[in-house]
Amino acid sequence: MATPAAPAGGARNGAGPEWGGFEENIQGGGSAVIDMENMDDTSGSSFEDMGELHQRLREEEVDADAAAAEEEDGEFLGMKGFKGQLSRQVADQMWQAGKRQASRAFSLYANIDILRPYFDVEPAQVRSRLLESMIPIKMVNFPQKIAGELYGPLMLVFTLVAILLHGMKTSDTIIREGTLMGTAIGTCFGYWLGVSSFIYFLAYLCNAQITMLQMLALLGYGLFGHCIVLFITYNIHLHALFYLFWLLVGGLSTLRMVAVLVSRTVGPTQRLLLCGTLATLHMLFLLYLHFAYHKVVEGILDTLEGPNIPPMQRVPRDIPAVFPAARLPTAALNATAKAVAVTLQSH
Amino acid sequence: MAEAVESPGDPGTATPRPLFAGLSDISISQDIPVEGEITIPMRSRIREFDSSTLNESVQNTIMRDLKAVGKKFMHVLYPRKSNTLLRDWDLWGPLILCVTLALMLQRGSVDSEKDGGPQFAEVFVIVWFGAVTITLNSKLLGGNISFFQSLCVLGYCILPLTVAMLVCRLVLLAEPGPINFMVRLFVVIVMFAWSIVASTAFLADSQPPNRKALAVYPVFLFYFVISWMILTFTPQ
Repeated sequence: MATPAAPAGGARNGAGPEWGGFEENIQGGGSAVIDMENMDDTSGSSFEDMGELHQRLREEEVDADAAAAEEEDGEFLGMKGFKGQLSRQVADQMWQAGKRQASRAFSLYANIDILRPYFDVEPAQVRSRLLESMIPIKMVNFPQKIAGELYGPLMLVFTLVAILLHGMKTSDTIIREGTLMGTAIGTCFGYWLGVSSFIYFLAYLCNAQITMLQMLALLGYGLFGHCIVLFITYNIHLHALFYLFWLLVGGLSTLRMVAVLVSRTVGPTQRLLLCGTLATLHMLFLLYLHFAYHKVVEGILDTLEGPNIPPMQRVPRDIPAVFPAARLPTAALNATAKAVAVTLQSH
Repeated sequence: MAEAVESPGDPGTATPRPLFAGLSDISISQDIPVEGEITIPMRSRIREFDSSTLNESVQNTIMRDLKAVGKKFMHVLYPRKSNTLLRDWDLWGPLILCVTLALMLQRGSVDSEKDGGPQFAEVFVIVWFGAVTITLNSKLLGGNISFFQSLCVLGYCILPLTVAMLVCRLVLLAEPGPINFMVRLFVVIVMFAWSIVASTAFLADSQPPNRKALAVYPVFLFYFVISWMILTFTPQ
């Protein structure tokens, strides 16, 4: 048994005797030892573990060689050699200690085990949580349980990004897919993280009992409704249908989030503030996602006639060529900024 | 000194002995240690590589690496359950594929004020950060695959999509129109399915059995985004 080199959340602060013991173990045994505690996230044959063990053995050999060399030096040079040898040994030990501390700190902070408990889910659980996110609860006198996991919300955000990208169907015209993709990713992650933080801050002000992780999970699962609505309405372009879904599906998921928050807040003013803000932001985001990427398309199709455009495909055109007044000076154009400019222009 | 221990199941010596009755006479002597250290054999092959490959000619090195990459390409094109990709992972193949894909996707933007630069960077960043995210996700779900092994597999499984990109470029040389689009759509969908099947064949074994779906879904999204980039590419 040896002290693991990568502490898995243990309170090892690198005390001196502990390191001494560690060294003795390696040098006394002369063989590589696997600490079974450390096996949970990488297999024994993984390259990094091999590399780490290899390096440890190499260090140990270098130490042994250096020690042998120093002994010879010491005998040869007598008293002066002894002092030199001592200082060299001290410097060497300090270097080894520093290196070990640095590698330990690195493996502690780069240890993704911190996030592991939040990904401990089964597919059945994810499915049931997805369905529950559309069902508003009635019992608000009693704090409702929120599952604190990050897998579902993260996957929903990525799915929303993919759906947004899918909404930009193509034809023969030029599409700035790079910028659109950056925008889509930025929008979705920005909404999830930003609005979660903002509502968490408001919850702190309103004395609501909710943690940041729970807020992230709640809002993440609330995006399931958005995914459904956008997926359907990007394929069937009917405004009336969109409004219906917006109210129905968007409303259901908002009601669910609102009910959970209400059950965890005390006082009518606080409840109103918190839930009103969340409901507004959530519904407006769905509206924004639909119109930022759809209205642009409609506006252009009305003014352009494109013989190359097949009837079933809609296209976000290259905006500056069409609306010169909306041309923004910077090269890094944001597609949504263009969309806003176009909407402002056309009204 | 060995002591004979009678097991409770011993039927006794009077009756005819059943097949493995003699095993009950085996006992553990006191001086054989039953605890110790688990050792793993060190792969000293690594050190041999360092010293012996330094002196060979550059052509040898390059040819050896290219052959390894080519072998892995074959494994991706005909996916069987094997761990060639996992055992000797390397990132040359993914780099070649990613750069090829990014270069081919780049030439689509002929806007005069954009020189197409950002598109190369976008594709590159999306491929590598997508692969890193999927790897982290599969590790967090409890998979026992190493970080670089997973990157290697995901990178190599972009090969069918690169082939789809080449085919799309060729098809785009023909007349534009709905048939053109349909052909490209069909090719991209087939290659997308191929990528997913190939990567699942390599990655599925490393996940706990009841969570395979959770690990495969992000891979699906990742290849979907790349397929979307390929499908919406139009040179002008």
